[in-house]
Amino acid sequence: MASTAIPRLTAGAPMGGPTRMVHITVNDVPFAIEVQDRTLLVHFLRDTLGMTGTHIGCDTTHCGACTVLLDDRPVKSCTVLAVQADGRKVRTVEGLESGGKLHPVQEGFTAEHGLQCGFCTPGMMMTSVALLAKNPNPTEDEIRHAISGNLCRCTGYMNIVKAIQHAAKASGGAK
Amino acid sequence: MIPPKFDYHAPGTVDEAIGLLQKNAGDAKVLAGGQSLLPLMKLRLAEPKMLIDISRIAKLSYIQEDPELLRVGAATKINDLNDSQVIRSRYPMLADAGAHIADPLVRNMGTVGGNVCHGDPGNDLPACMLAIGARYVVRGPKGDRTIAAKEFYRDTFVTALDPAEILTEVQIPKAQNGDGGAYMKMERKVGDFAIAAVAVHLRLDSKGTVTSAGIALTNVGPTVLMAGKAASSLVGHKPTDADFLAAGKLAAEAAQPASDMRGPAEFKKGIVQTLTRRALHLAWGRAGGKS
Amino acid sequence: MTTTIHGGIGQSLARKEDARFIRGKGNYVDDIQLPGMLFLDFTRSPYAHAKITAIHPEKALKIPGVLAVITGKDLDAAKLAWMPTLMSDTQMVLPIDTVKFQGQEVVGIVADSRYSAADGAAAVEIDYEPLPVVTDPVKALLPDAPLVRPDKTKKSNHIWHWETGDKAGTDAALAKSDVVVHQDLYLPRLNVSSMETCGCVAQFDTMGRLTVWMTTQAPHAIRTVFALVAGLPEQNIRIISPDLGGGFGGKVPVYPGYVVAVVAALKTGHAVKWVEDRMDNLMSSSFARDYHISADIGATKDGKLTGLRVKTVADHGYADAAANPSKFPAGLFHIITGSYPFDKAFVEVDGVYTNKPPGGIAYRCSFRVTEAAFTIERLVDGIAHKLGMDPAEFRLKNFIPPESFPYKSALGWTYDSGNYAGALNLAMKMIDYPALRKEQVEKRKRGELMGIGISSFTEIVGAGPSAQFDILGIKMFEGCEIRIHPTGKVMARFGTKSQGQGHETTYSQILAEELGIPAENIAIEEGDTDTAPYGLGTYASRSTPTAGAAAVIAARKIREKAQKIAAHLLEVSPDDLEWKDYKFQVKGVPEKSKTMADVAFAAYTNPAPGTEAGLEAVDYYDPPNMTYPFGSYVCVVDIDKGTGQVNIRRFVAVDDCGTIINPMIVEGQIHGGLNMGLAPALYEQITYDENGNMRGNSFLDYLVPTAVESPHWETGKTTTPSPHHPIGAKGVGESPTVGAPAAIVNAVVDALSPLGVTNIDIPIYPWKVWQILHDKGQN
Repeated sequence: MASTAIPRLTAGAPMGGPTRMVHITVNDVPFAIEVQDRTLLVHFLRDTLGMTGTHIGCDTTHCGACTVLLDDRPVKSCTVLAVQADGRKVRTVEGLESGGKLHPVQEGFTAEHGLQCGFCTPGMMMTSVALLAKNPNPTEDEIRHAISGNLCRCTGYMNIVKAIQHAAKASGGAK
Repeated sequence: MIPPKFDYHAPGTVDEAIGLLQKNAGDAKVLAGGQSLLPLMKLRLAEPKMLIDISRIAKLSYIQEDPELLRVGAATKINDLNDSQVIRSRYPMLADAGAHIADPLVRNMGTVGGNVCHGDPGNDLPACMLAIGARYVVRGPKGDRTIAAKEFYRDTFVTALDPAEILTEVQIPKAQNGDGGAYMKMERKVGDFAIAAVAVHLRLDSKGTVTSAGIALTNVGPTVLMAGKAASSLVGHKPTDADFLAAGKLAAEAAQPASDMRGPAEFKKGIVQTLTRRALHLAWGRAGGKS
Repeated sequence: MTTTIHGGIGQSLARKEDARFIRGKGNYVDDIQLPGMLFLDFTRSPYAHAKITAIHPEKALKIPGVLAVITGKDLDAAKLAWMPTLMSDTQMVLPIDTVKFQGQEVVGIVADSRYSAADGAAAVEIDYEPLPVVTDPVKALLPDAPLVRPDKTKKSNHIWHWETGDKAGTDAALAKSDVVVHQDLYLPRLNVSSMETCGCVAQFDTMGRLTVWMTTQAPHAIRTVFALVAGLPEQNIRIISPDLGGGFGGKVPVYPGYVVAVVAALKTGHAVKWVEDRMDNLMSSSFARDYHISADIGATKDGKLTGLRVKTVADHGYADAAANPSKFPAGLFHIITGSYPFDKAFVEVDGVYTNKPPGGIAYRCSFRVTEAAFTIERLVDGIAHKLGMDPAEFRLKNFIPPESFPYKSALGWTYDSGNYAGALNLAMKMIDYPALRKEQVEKRKRGELMGIGISSFTEIVGAGPSAQFDILGIKMFEGCEIRIHPTGKVMARFGTKSQGQGHETTYSQILAEELGIPAENIAIEEGDTDTAPYGLGTYASRSTPTAGAAAVIAARKIREKAQKIAAHLLEVSPDDLEWKDYKFQVKGVPEKSKTMADVAFAAYTNPAPGTEAGLEAVDYYDPPNMTYPFGSYVCVVDIDKGTGQVNIRRFVAVDDCGTIINPMIVEGQIHGGLNMGLAPALYEQITYDENGNMRGNSFLDYLVPTAVESPHWETGKTTTPSPHHPIGAKGVGESPTVGAPAAIVNAVVDALSPLGVTNIDIPIYPWKVWQILHDKGQN
């Protein structure tokens, strides 16, 4: 087997290629970390910060499992460089619960059985949070279009729609 | 999927970005939203040694209507276009197209400039720009110049943009009473490029006669295509459905689709015909036309 | 008023597992981070068939962070270059000298980060000599076809022939029939596309004990396969299946990546992670379907079905890597007589090698049941149309009547229970079938295209009785182990593995009902072979029929012992007690009673004389029969003549899965399954060009429907319990995937039938419809 001796391993950012310091506020916590220029935001969150709630499902910007809020807008973090998020704020699924209280969207997803395997769920919920912030009382059609960048393979979307309606109702149509 | 290594730069001004482009000719790529470029890099189909991020340049993101023109900054996010009251009420063709670019999440990163100058015949905004008669402001080492959208697209991924130039603004003739446009796209599913899509723009006089028309086609040729004969067939008429049908047939003749996973060429021409006719009806209604 | 218990059977209990998933605290394979962990990636073949003439790893090894490369020759030295499939075929772990499909793993690269591993994979240079390719299984059977597997003794691409039924009798029945309809059908190759791809983390501890966290639906079976293949002592292998982001059958096989990760961990002494990206997954993980079917169905002129004859070519790619029960190379395809009492039927299937990825897995179906249900429900529609009969009326006339159960089918299955007319009548009522037919008549007069399609499928799930069902000799039983702690709280472990089905919730509901302990006090654990009892895993809708039954039987074993302890506590004879209202009561003296919690405490503090301490039980359940869920679906479509686009206006699904444990979960399973029936009908397929290049290897072209394409599903239910399952449950996860495609296709064909259309190939893309309309001068 062709191999080299196993060197002592270094923790932290992946090696090789130009690096730079980024300042990114994740769920209200500011981080200043050296990353490779090519580090994808999703790997920064998962591998560098160890926040594994944000998932990777397709790599080609089609599935939305990696959706996070970047300055309050839902984006696909597998197609955003960590350096593009420099100086900006990111919210992930880990930042939805606040003071031991679930976000209405989290409540809605569990009350209406809006998840099965749970893999698309964090991304789906982040998109839902952004939708309700912009449109507190969406119709079924508006919901379906809003989540059309997020694929789910388990639910047939029916209960995701209901979960978002549930959250809208619980929020009294405001925020 | 991991992109290859590159150097990232985030200049503060357009001129600084142009300087970097000049210095690294051939090796550098402009990064706006990255929604087309980054997937290509992750697939290692594009391996630029340097990325120049123009999204941090202030004053490249705006939508403003002045007495002559609608000006859209190149770094304007697609969703800002879609959310703009001015666009929705006065340039609905752009909102139609914006609502069908990729998916809602991609539209939060993707930019107007990126969509119009990537040069992929599947991009949705170029057809709108051709139909409505837009011009692009580009800046290079020698300063600004403007290029008509219809002169911009040379071949697949080949545009009139020089390697050291950056698109800074899209200029669209200001909407007038009697203007109406529409964009209709057929896609396999949300997030797909068009099987075929059609942008139409009509201008009517006070009597309802078409005084000018523009029709352009997405993803049915090596570049976005003008359907000139289809458009001119309407000028001077108070069109009926038969005229729209005839224009649809002319548009289908202008299409040069290839058979691929989105369907056979003949089918795509059929879709151009159907969508042209329907888009003309919609644009006609929006322009205040009465049948 | 009946007493109920919190979380008992029939309640829509909110799911226990959601608590972690909605907080982003699920634990999927790629979430596992171990100190010093390395990453494995692969250089893959650009060719579908080629000789490897040289491998140049030098550039890759110079990349910072790249530590080792692993080739087929390296594995061959350890006799690990090949591995058996679950169908007793062989497939490569890594190729020694020849690649057999595009995207095949060729060289493994081990690096200190996923970035360096990816760089390394891109830098390995491999010289190939292309060989002739065959991708069409029918052409592969021609004498001059390129030989895909010269390593086999049999010098042909034909793998196996399998048949069942009465050939001569069926031929005679069809010859005598007043009407015979012939139909060729193709079910294209699919990928399950669970949102999580496949992957693993392999680690050897200092004692040489191997732990693999793996995306597997069948951890125990994998452990045994690893022991047999790698020669590792089975007690030194621990397979942990953590949270799975969907499985759908795609996480049953053993993939080369798992084996190479283990080898890399052994070689480097570090934990090694391998996770596919989506393109890897689409190009090389197991496919499903790919059945070329040719069928004849006969009937008398007054509309009674007479015979069914089916001939099938099964494309298995370069290896038969299906995951069927070993005795059934074509799975349970012989459920193909469906909901109808055929006197005569005959089925034959031929497995064929091609230069495509290996597989043939049961994608959300109990081993080729989808292929079977699609065929029979298309054919029944075809013959009804030929007879000029309404397809609903034709089905109602032919269904196996409720009083005939248990019913022995012409192909040898004994259906446990059913009421097919009940389900179809309800579906027709829900959708107002007569009104739709009336509307259709009006629309047809105006030249508008509207269609109504029905599918009345019968499934066969819960593999299976040990006499017939095994995988590589291991009988398909299922285990449950229950421990009741002194404070009356329960830990129960299972050999199955949820991938989203909600086992932690439904199993605890079954146990709540049987043990009289609230569901919230019952913890469920699966997926760790060190702690869970042996089981064959979760696929083919088998968990409730098998493990659910094991839970009931184990709980009843506990009740038997508990009754003795309760008698001791109440100072009566066990025979004086009855289990009523979830507690042991002295017969006729209900105020004298003991709860299971009382008994549990006593089991540890005050055991009855002559009984062992503790309160535990294990059951390995060998089902006496399969269960046969069924349903009737009605779909209404409108077709846009200008574009060929099919719009599903309404879709009503009536399912009968016997006793329902959690109605909310069952409905969720149906919604999801319907989407997976929609997908192949209108969107998904994998195709190859003549050179074996995969056409479209990302989600750009593999068209997983979004919320916009997905209809607003409407569901209904009837309940016909299984007579042999201890609580009458049947299994439901797959019924909608099995039943939905035919309803959609039947609706489209119905819409186009005035134009003389009798079939349209799936997926029904708009261009196919447009072409038909164009050819008929309709647009």
